[in-house]
Amino acid sequence: MARHLLKRLAHAVLVLWAAYTLAFILLTALPGNAIANLINNPQNQLTPEDGKILKAFYGLDHPVVVQYLRALDALLHGNLGYSLSNGVKVSDLLGDALPGTLRLTALGFVFGAVIAAAVGVAGSYTRWNWLRTLLRSVPALAASVPSFVVGILILSGFSFELHLIPAVDNGTLLALVGPAFTLGIMISAPLSQVFSASIEATRRQPFVHVLQARGAGERYIFGHGVLRNSSLPVLTMLGLAMGELIAGSVVTEAVFARNGIGQITLNAVNTQDLPVVQGVVLVATTGYVLVNLVVDVVHPLIDPRIRADILAGRAKRIKRSTGATPVGPGVDEAMAPRLPEEVATR
Amino acid sequence: MSSHAAPRAARDATSPPGPVLAVDGLSVGYRTGHGTKTAVRNVSFELGPGQVLALVGESGSGKSTIGHAILGLLPVGGRVLSGAVRYQGRTISDLSGDRLRALRGRAISLIPQDPTVSLDPVRRVGPQVEDALRLHTSLDTEARRARVHELFELVGFHHVERRYRQFPHELSGGMRQRVLIAAAVAAEPDVIVADEPTSGLDATVQAQVLDLIDDLRRRSGTAVLLITHDLGVAADRSDLVGVLRDGRLAELAPTASFVRNPRDEYSRHLLDNVPSRLSFTRDRAGRAPSERPEEPAVEVTNLSKHYGGHTAVDDVSFTVPRGRTFSIVGESGSGKSTTARVLTGLTRPTAGQVSVLGTQLGALSTKAFRPLRRDVQIVFQNPYASFDPRFDVLSVVEEPLRSFQPAGSSRRHRRENRDRVAAALEAASLPASFLHRHPRELSGGQRQRVAIARALVLEPKVVVLDEPISALDVSVQAQILELLVTLQSELGLTYVFISHDLAVVRAISDRVAVMRRGRIVEQGDIAQVFERPASPYTAELLGAIAGRRLAHR
Amino acid sequence: MTATVGNPAPPAGAGETGRPAEAPRTRAIRVLLWSLRHWSVVVAGAILAVAVLWALVPGWFTHANPTAIGATDKLLPPSSAHWFGTDRLGRDQFTRVVYGARASLSGSVVAVLIGVTVGSVFGALAGWFGRWIDALVMRLIDVVLSIPGFLLAITIVVVLGYGIPQAAAAVGITSSAAFARLIRSEVLRAKTSQYVEAAVASGARSPTVLLRHVIPNSLGPTLSLVTIQFGVAIIWIASLSFLGLGAQPPSPEWGRLVADGRNFMASKPYLVVYPALTVAVVVLAGNHLARHFAERQKR
Repeated sequence: MARHLLKRLAHAVLVLWAAYTLAFILLTALPGNAIANLINNPQNQLTPEDGKILKAFYGLDHPVVVQYLRALDALLHGNLGYSLSNGVKVSDLLGDALPGTLRLTALGFVFGAVIAAAVGVAGSYTRWNWLRTLLRSVPALAASVPSFVVGILILSGFSFELHLIPAVDNGTLLALVGPAFTLGIMISAPLSQVFSASIEATRRQPFVHVLQARGAGERYIFGHGVLRNSSLPVLTMLGLAMGELIAGSVVTEAVFARNGIGQITLNAVNTQDLPVVQGVVLVATTGYVLVNLVVDVVHPLIDPRIRADILAGRAKRIKRSTGATPVGPGVDEAMAPRLPEEVATR
Repeated sequence: MSSHAAPRAARDATSPPGPVLAVDGLSVGYRTGHGTKTAVRNVSFELGPGQVLALVGESGSGKSTIGHAILGLLPVGGRVLSGAVRYQGRTISDLSGDRLRALRGRAISLIPQDPTVSLDPVRRVGPQVEDALRLHTSLDTEARRARVHELFELVGFHHVERRYRQFPHELSGGMRQRVLIAAAVAAEPDVIVADEPTSGLDATVQAQVLDLIDDLRRRSGTAVLLITHDLGVAADRSDLVGVLRDGRLAELAPTASFVRNPRDEYSRHLLDNVPSRLSFTRDRAGRAPSERPEEPAVEVTNLSKHYGGHTAVDDVSFTVPRGRTFSIVGESGSGKSTTARVLTGLTRPTAGQVSVLGTQLGALSTKAFRPLRRDVQIVFQNPYASFDPRFDVLSVVEEPLRSFQPAGSSRRHRRENRDRVAAALEAASLPASFLHRHPRELSGGQRQRVAIARALVLEPKVVVLDEPISALDVSVQAQILELLVTLQSELGLTYVFISHDLAVVRAISDRVAVMRRGRIVEQGDIAQVFERPASPYTAELLGAIAGRRLAHR
Repeated sequence: MTATVGNPAPPAGAGETGRPAEAPRTRAIRVLLWSLRHWSVVVAGAILAVAVLWALVPGWFTHANPTAIGATDKLLPPSSAHWFGTDRLGRDQFTRVVYGARASLSGSVVAVLIGVTVGSVFGALAGWFGRWIDALVMRLIDVVLSIPGFLLAITIVVVLGYGIPQAAAAVGITSSAAFARLIRSEVLRAKTSQYVEAAVASGARSPTVLLRHVIPNSLGPTLSLVTIQFGVAIIWIASLSFLGLGAQPPSPEWGRLVADGRNFMASKPYLVVYPALTVAVVVLAGNHLARHFAERQKR
């Protein structure tokens, strides 16, 4: 198990490095890079000497490979470079903005999970058909409305009309409710869709029928079987939702005029402040990868089958299929280890 | 049939003299798109304490629906149209949810169909058995756990504490069914509904599980309603047999007299088609005996196949003479299917020589094997899965023809192919009107005929049949076997027949090899292996065949 | 339970089916009945059709000029002359919504095309050839998917510049990883299916197996993702435009219109509400159709 953890951790680090490299290639190494444009822009009225100094400051007087290696080295020392627009350390800039955004995404996550759980459970178990129909259409509706629209509707309804929550960020928790609810609605759509479908599928499983035959009622069956089985796919979905939360905070912070990573991203994009954009990508990806790492670790705790696969060292990526051996070039042997599954149960 | 009038007075007696379970004029229907489809019609029977009633029937006969109706657990859309289910004289088919729940598991319990999916995959098995105690007794945690340990000992587990903490996926199919049986008897019910309790289990495991149910019944005097498609199981294990056809009870009789002298025509038909009563080899006894040395169609020498660290086939050798049927029999995981796949070039052997019709397969790549496929074809266990879901019957059967025609020439060959497909269908006893039907519209037997037509359309010399009839109903099985035998004698085909069912193998084969854990433990002529098995494993397999009471009239 | 040929005769109590024997009906009546039963699908289809017509021939719906500034008609509330009111430059908001359809819809079409094309090529290569190609493509997909999607799209926009084509390309490239992963798994599923094995066993050549079995059977699930992705692309492009990273003024685009009206949110909510609702309704209609087709396919 410890080896599995280490393996996942190493994989996460590798993915982070690859993502950083991808961002670097996109933002720095591609021809016509924006830093050079900024320096060469006649409006900035830089003398050639100033340009040289600036280039040296940002390390642009070196070949791309050297720049990349330097950036990587700096990254390992916790240095993300300097903002192009005001020369502030990117790590300081992001460090100041991060807590606010984290509070927002955390509350958004809670809202989303609660909405999804409520819609999923109530939609599957309600006795009233109208309520079921209504609840089942909620996720589809939430998925169809852009988050900026949701945000604006909440803002106009609860702030401008009802004056229930402040329209601007005054640092209170109440000011956080509007944007967090916006994020929550956004991520609740896929979560509740998966949860509902998963509950339905689990309730059709033969083992549920057997529980009924033992005399168990719906509530007992839900608590002793359906809940755990149907939360497995939701767990995977939670990891994905985290990515949406991070990206969604850009839009939400813009709508509610909040300071945070989103605001910094927008400013950086508008001023072509590439080191900052790169830093944001790195921070967001780190958060996303970390959450998915946690999901990977929690999954085998809930599902003993995955635990068994890990202990047996079976590859996780190969999905169990019907037992037919694949054909076509290059799979005969590679996929074959699935066959002795029947033996493994002995 | 006995009197329907259940002794109502016996309600408060502790051990009622009357039937413990009575089904009285029961009709069950399912709501469909256009109305109600009746699945069970006016079925009546009674079950006394300690009795075993076997309900037999083919798929769609309504036997499982009766089981569901007794437990009050009909699937969505199903409801009791008329009649009643009585438990100890009390009508229970109209009880409310709560009161019915109190009876389920305690008065009437269920041993479900497929043990592999009937346990919650993410819960330990001990607590799952405990559910029955938690729901129906006032035992505390300690007492419940102790009781589960007792139950596990009762169903034949040794390390009960370890078993308690195991997850379903750590147990074999037979062990899972033992767990489910433990759960079914936990609250000491008076009636157990055993719904195909051994489907999907190997023959030896099936015998053990049925023995266990028998044993528990004898100890506690529980009545058992045994729902099965297998007349052999019914004949061996029951006091009464009820034969269902299209939702009606065609016959209800004591088992002994039913086996000896079935009164209903359909019962007779079913009994005649039981594999252990079939024999096709006898018909061929008159055929030229082996005067000249038989020419081998398939020769396998020291074949081995490894998957990673696992050995699926281990040093296997056999020879199949031309025009004969060679069967490979074994339980799941014995390596019989892997051997079939090697013969058809779907898997490459790790070691050993395989020669089919004089061609050495050993090193042939998938591509180099292709010319040989003209002469070697395969029929799979599940025909429907082996058809492209987008294809109609014509396209399915035509595929092998197109494969050996130059690419892009299909237009030129359209007429010719159509005729050849129609001819192949006819050989498989299907009318040409099936050409444009979709396999989805066909029955299981018809689908398997289409698969056989596809295998034959190229006029091959060797056909590998991988469990071709195990997914089919008894009477359909017999028809398909008969078709295979006829085709063999008409076309001079060589069969390699893979099966887990010794009775079927005995009916159709000339020679047989018994496989276990990748090795051939015994092979020889059919009579020799079946009459005088040399290996104790073969003897064990033969002993586990259900329906010994049926084999001889 | 296996299907039987020809349904058995109706049960004895056929009277309770409540439906007379099928009389010959004209096609028109049949279509009408279908429409009544699936009215929501019909409505969704109609909404989409209107949106598409807005994009193709906006002149059919409005005679005003979307960019004509009316000095005297600033910030008028909705009326019969200006259905959705006028904006701060006096431009007719309804006209701008109609003309905005072109940017939103064409952008999402381009985005989905890019996503499907790039994704199919990579996914099919990985699924069919397996081994190192698969390993490589899967790692690549992992990396792309590890960057939160919308943020990746923003990053690509930074590189490509602002505008609807750039936004469409960004959204398309971002979504291609998900397409590639789906197509890979579908190809793998088809490749490992028993019907493909049966085709190989009956002598089919490799290209035949790929073209006749694997690709056609992988397409179904892909198509439903394509339809769903349309909605996602519309939302993302509108969001990019809302942030000022997509359509540039003065050309109208739905997300842009919402952003423009935002400053008047408290006093003139109609400037925001109508374009916002338009996006929501169009995406909802598209998703509804997508779900309908996905369910039909399952049957």
